[in-house]
Amino acid sequence: MANLDDPYQTLGVARSATPDDIRRAYRKLAKQHHPDLNPGNLKSEEAFKKVSAANELLSDPDKRARFDRGEIDAGGQEQAQGPSYRNYADNAAGRRYSRGGPEATEWSAEDLEGMFGSMFGTGRPRGDGRIRGQDEHYSLTTDFLDAINGAVRRLTLPDGRTLDVKIPVGTTERQVLRLRGQGGAGQGGGPSGDALITVQVNPHTHFERSGNDIRLILPITISEAVLGGPVQVPTPQGPVKMQIPPHSDSGTELRLRGRGVAAHGGHAAGNLYAKLSVVIGTPDAALEEFLTQWKPQVPANPRKSMEERQ
Amino acid sequence: MISIEILIAQNSGLDRRDLERWILNDWVRPGRQSGVFVFQEIDVARVKLIRELRQDMDIDEEALPVILSLVDQLYEMRRRYHALGDAIAETAPDDLQRKLAAHLVMRARGGLH
Repeated sequence: MANLDDPYQTLGVARSATPDDIRRAYRKLAKQHHPDLNPGNLKSEEAFKKVSAANELLSDPDKRARFDRGEIDAGGQEQAQGPSYRNYADNAAGRRYSRGGPEATEWSAEDLEGMFGSMFGTGRPRGDGRIRGQDEHYSLTTDFLDAINGAVRRLTLPDGRTLDVKIPVGTTERQVLRLRGQGGAGQGGGPSGDALITVQVNPHTHFERSGNDIRLILPITISEAVLGGPVQVPTPQGPVKMQIPPHSDSGTELRLRGRGVAAHGGHAAGNLYAKLSVVIGTPDAALEEFLTQWKPQVPANPRKSMEERQ
Repeated sequence: MISIEILIAQNSGLDRRDLERWILNDWVRPGRQSGVFVFQEIDVARVKLIRELRQDMDIDEEALPVILSLVDQLYEMRRRYHALGDAIAETAPDDLQRKLAAHLVMRARGGLH
């Protein structure tokens, strides 16, 4: 889990590098390896993760000083990445940013002729009267977990036919599934059209999806936060055990690698990010008693940053 | 789907005027519902990409449309490439698929011209 590579080496800077040197080195490597500019290139993606983590550590003077003093190692700097453009742009959602606009068909007769020669001019009747049936559009609402894990759902069409629709693992909101030959009937012996099914995904009460990662707020008790300990975490594939490190707090984000959306269609499995949320519940007499007596060695003021801004 | 207010609240440091200019320039293309912008996941991801291009890679707004246009063409090609692969997988007999794959490998090695 921890990335223990030396962040100075990752960025290619000396240990004495100035913040400007670090910024320049990061900028250069980000241009080279940004995964949205290198889609499908796993090497770039891995390199970019390392570079971001190194930058995260070295661009923060406080963290950098602690690293230099050996108080922290290079692990754990990997930030929860926001949504990745490539994950959306690679599928039907990306048509929104096609140059011809979302309605533009992506294959023109010229394209196909360029690729296969004029014998494949499609969409036009071939002169023998055979006309392909129309594509028909439907929508299907699915549960969050079925979209993540994959499922088969039965869809009843307006004409009474039923279709078993396979929802693939990792299906995203508004993804269009194509069922070949399930659309309108062809004419003159032409093939049937396709059924195009737009999937809508219902939200989940605990999980939130971001690309192939899953996020979740994980309530923990005050003693689990202070002392650490094993807890059960729900994941889309069922509960797993996770160790809460001692001295955790509300807002701490823990990662369960590979417990997000399962690997599918060339995408690696996503991660699950559990953000801790300390829940006190109804305090009992012993806790009240303890807190009344308790004099912290270093009094904490969690609202300090708010006061400074005013 | 989220509103422009939520998008800005979720992206600390994102200036509303910058975002509105990007929309005006057609670099970000949110939908509209009852006259207000709504952002799908891809729009949110695109805003993130534009911010990374601007901040992390120091690309100014003069150069940005050139990059976005190339990015859009890259992904359009990738969608076509995937669609072509799907079409071949679904329509071509197995032996034709093997022949195609072998042919492409040969070409890549310079065996065919």
